[in-house]
Amino acid sequence: MAERERRLTPPYGGVFVARKRVMELDDVDRAVWRMAHEIIERNRGLSDVVLIGLQTGGVPLAHRLAEAMLQIDGVGVPVGSLDVAFYRDDIGLRPVLPEAVTDITFDVGGRVVVLVDDVLFTGRTIRAALDALTDHGRARAVQLAVMVDRGHRELPIRPDYVGKNLPTRRDEVVNVADDGVELGEMVK
Amino acid sequence: MSGLLTAGQLGSSDVETLFDLADSFLEVSSRRMPKVPALKGKTVVSLFFEDSTRTRLSFETAAKRLSADVMTFPVASSSVNKGESVRDTIETVDAMGIDALVVRHRCAGVPHQIAGWTSASVINAGDGAHEHPTQALLDAFTMRQHFGSVAGLRVAIVGDVRHSRVARSNVALLASLGAEITLVAPSTLLPATLDGWPVTVSTSLDEVLGVVDVVYLLRMQTERMREHLVPSLREYRMRFGLTSERAALMKPGAVIMHPGPMNRGVEIGGEVAELPNALVVDQVRNGVAVRMAVLFWLLGSGGHQTDQPSELAEVDREGAADV
Amino acid sequence: MSETVVLAGGTVVDADGERRADVRIDQSRGKIVEVGAELDVTGSEILDVSGAYVMPGLVDVHAHLRQPGREEAETVETGARCAALGGYTAVVAMPNTTPAIDCAAVVREVLQLGSSAPCDVHASGAVTVDRAGEALAPMAEMAALGVHLFTDDGAGVQDPGLMRRAMEYARDLGVTLAQHCEVDALAAGGHMHEGEWSVRLGIPGQPAESEELMVARDLMLARLTGARIHIQHVSTAASVAMVRAAKADGLAVTAEATTHHFTLTHAECASYSPLFKVAPPLRTDADVAAIRTGLADGTIDAVATDHAPHTQESKELPFEQAPPGMLGLETALALAMTHLGIPMTELVQRMSVGPARIAGLAEVHGRPVAGGEPANLCVVDPGATWTVDPNQTASRSRNTPYGGWTLQGRVVHTVLHGELVVANGEARR
Repeated sequence: MAERERRLTPPYGGVFVARKRVMELDDVDRAVWRMAHEIIERNRGLSDVVLIGLQTGGVPLAHRLAEAMLQIDGVGVPVGSLDVAFYRDDIGLRPVLPEAVTDITFDVGGRVVVLVDDVLFTGRTIRAALDALTDHGRARAVQLAVMVDRGHRELPIRPDYVGKNLPTRRDEVVNVADDGVELGEMVK
Repeated sequence: MSGLLTAGQLGSSDVETLFDLADSFLEVSSRRMPKVPALKGKTVVSLFFEDSTRTRLSFETAAKRLSADVMTFPVASSSVNKGESVRDTIETVDAMGIDALVVRHRCAGVPHQIAGWTSASVINAGDGAHEHPTQALLDAFTMRQHFGSVAGLRVAIVGDVRHSRVARSNVALLASLGAEITLVAPSTLLPATLDGWPVTVSTSLDEVLGVVDVVYLLRMQTERMREHLVPSLREYRMRFGLTSERAALMKPGAVIMHPGPMNRGVEIGGEVAELPNALVVDQVRNGVAVRMAVLFWLLGSGGHQTDQPSELAEVDREGAADV
Repeated sequence: MSETVVLAGGTVVDADGERRADVRIDQSRGKIVEVGAELDVTGSEILDVSGAYVMPGLVDVHAHLRQPGREEAETVETGARCAALGGYTAVVAMPNTTPAIDCAAVVREVLQLGSSAPCDVHASGAVTVDRAGEALAPMAEMAALGVHLFTDDGAGVQDPGLMRRAMEYARDLGVTLAQHCEVDALAAGGHMHEGEWSVRLGIPGQPAESEELMVARDLMLARLTGARIHIQHVSTAASVAMVRAAKADGLAVTAEATTHHFTLTHAECASYSPLFKVAPPLRTDADVAAIRTGLADGTIDAVATDHAPHTQESKELPFEQAPPGMLGLETALALAMTHLGIPMTELVQRMSVGPARIAGLAEVHGRPVAGGEPANLCVVDPGATWTVDPNQTASRSRNTPYGGWTLQGRVVHTVLHGELVVANGEARR
């Protein structure tokens, strides 16, 4: 699972134990396909669209979306990655370290930026991502795509594209892996 | 208390974390708006009892790029110069509520002493002939950037090792990262004993030039002649100066490094510093990113724990061990 | 009328050995009346000292009392009180005061200040005017006031020609030249022992040879001149060996070693605390072992304290800028009892009899504990353990390196010329 989730979920640094599979690989593929269609439809094409995956869980998802869009529309959209560690609001409260280097080689000014993450939970990561994105330029619009929306928002943030809405308990953990999505908890 | 007092206090995973952070901060530094809010609300004070504009600016730039508030303690014009003790100064600054103190002093151990008088993180920006850990970090980071890894690199450190905090920190750090170090200097410019130092020694620069990957030149202070350590700068240059002729003898792919400020025409030929394999400018640029990494690591990452203190860290015995 | 007090139930220990005995003191005459097992105590005040040693009062040939000039760090009175609390009945004040003790006037001032102190205070005199190493000080006029030891302590006399003349001049006067052995040309700029630790810590070092060179020189000059010399604070193994050889050769040389040089090593400097900065510097384990051996076999005649008070502010300076020196009078006996591992009779030799002889005080101090002798005594409880607390000192300064150390052996009473100046560990004046 994403290192960030492992580190930021109590008990910090524990081991993820899966209890239930909530999406199989096929389900994920279908969701990616559907979300790609939605993005194209909503933006009436892909001319100004760029994808930015959040390190680390959002980056492979962003690439899968880009691949699907290429197949659907024949347009290759730029994909970047963004690390939000330096923008988090919990710096100093617990270990916060970047997962990887931010890599945005294109200009986001005037573009429609689709932020991509694996799981939407409290909304704080997205809040930090919006701040971080601002430092790279003034996007025309920012949209949000997530594979799983598990609820428990702490900020007024909502996704534009959702793979699956998944009701969870607050202490549960959602793990988006290569071969599907599991629900479980952290154990130390 | 947390802080960075010696290079030897850093375990290998600490160094790895710092280098990864520095990679991220290099990216930040390359942006149009090279600033992140990571240390918003934190206060960093630079306290330079010994003047060093370049090191101070590097730290202050790093702190500002992290959005920390930066105060420069004007030692020269302050009450420190009017007889106020360092401890009173520290306690006064501490009472204002600060998060980090960046300390430079011409005497060894002052950052250790200060760390006992403040709850802020103390960062050693050079203490006497003792240590300059962020210089060693930026040097190792520059080597890693250039060569991909420090492990297995052959590094010659040339010049006044005896008086050099840069050399001490670099030996500790580079050795812990797996570099092979050769000190090149006349015995008068070597420490009184090298017992326990993971180095080999050579008194001939010409003999090592063809085999090392990095020629690291130390600054040669002119006052060393008065202490009978070298007869003249001319003779020093003749034996240990990296002239153009010598630079041409370096192994292909080898690089030249210098912590600055350079004495052109003494330890380094005037035109040698401009050679494409001289990494002096990279060192300066990396210095800001590495110092951002250190500041973020100490103030922003929620409290780290030093692991696996290396051999030289045993210096920090009781009382100073919990750095 | 009870003018006598009996120290009852203790073990008397002096140069002649140990024995169970009571000691009757005539307080007004300042003399021991009689010593014996089970004395008749009728009519005497009784001080129960069972379980304790009753020994001759200690003598320190090397203390810095800082007065005149540095009264913020120590005064003759406070320094003497430390001495009394440490079991000392006589101390020799070093001449590196401001002004230096380099003429009769300053000697008189120090003796005057010491006249009411709870410990006999003797002055040493400087060898050269203002300890500057350039011109001989008026040694005869100081000797006439009872000064027996001459030293420029704090610095060594660098000029061998001048040292030779000083020895010749001192020989005529029957006084002893004491030397702080340190060749400036080798030691200058150094702040600790040169070796593994100085290199690690980046603190400029001084090689052991900076001491040894002057020890060797002065032993040669003593042979040349026939003068009696005393090597102060011997700190290296080679110095001990040279003194041992010189004694075997019949030279009139004595030597002292400080408590810190047999309890602490240069590794302590790793804390960067100036509390561990001292001159000569703390040395290696091998040097500490050699000092202990030298004290055990008598090569080194005396344990000295080199009590050197410094203010808190000056000991919070950077190591390289702080003044050298540490407190010693209140901890010396316990450190020796805890760490030296020599029998009590030998300890009496090194801390009372030997130093009294070196200081020219053998008529009054370091005497046998016997009827008719001056009543200068130290009573120490060897079973008592205590922890050194820098804030619990009679000194004006706090610069002991032993804070937190647990030591064996506590001074209970100190008797000075018959008067109980320290009773139950409390100073009475």
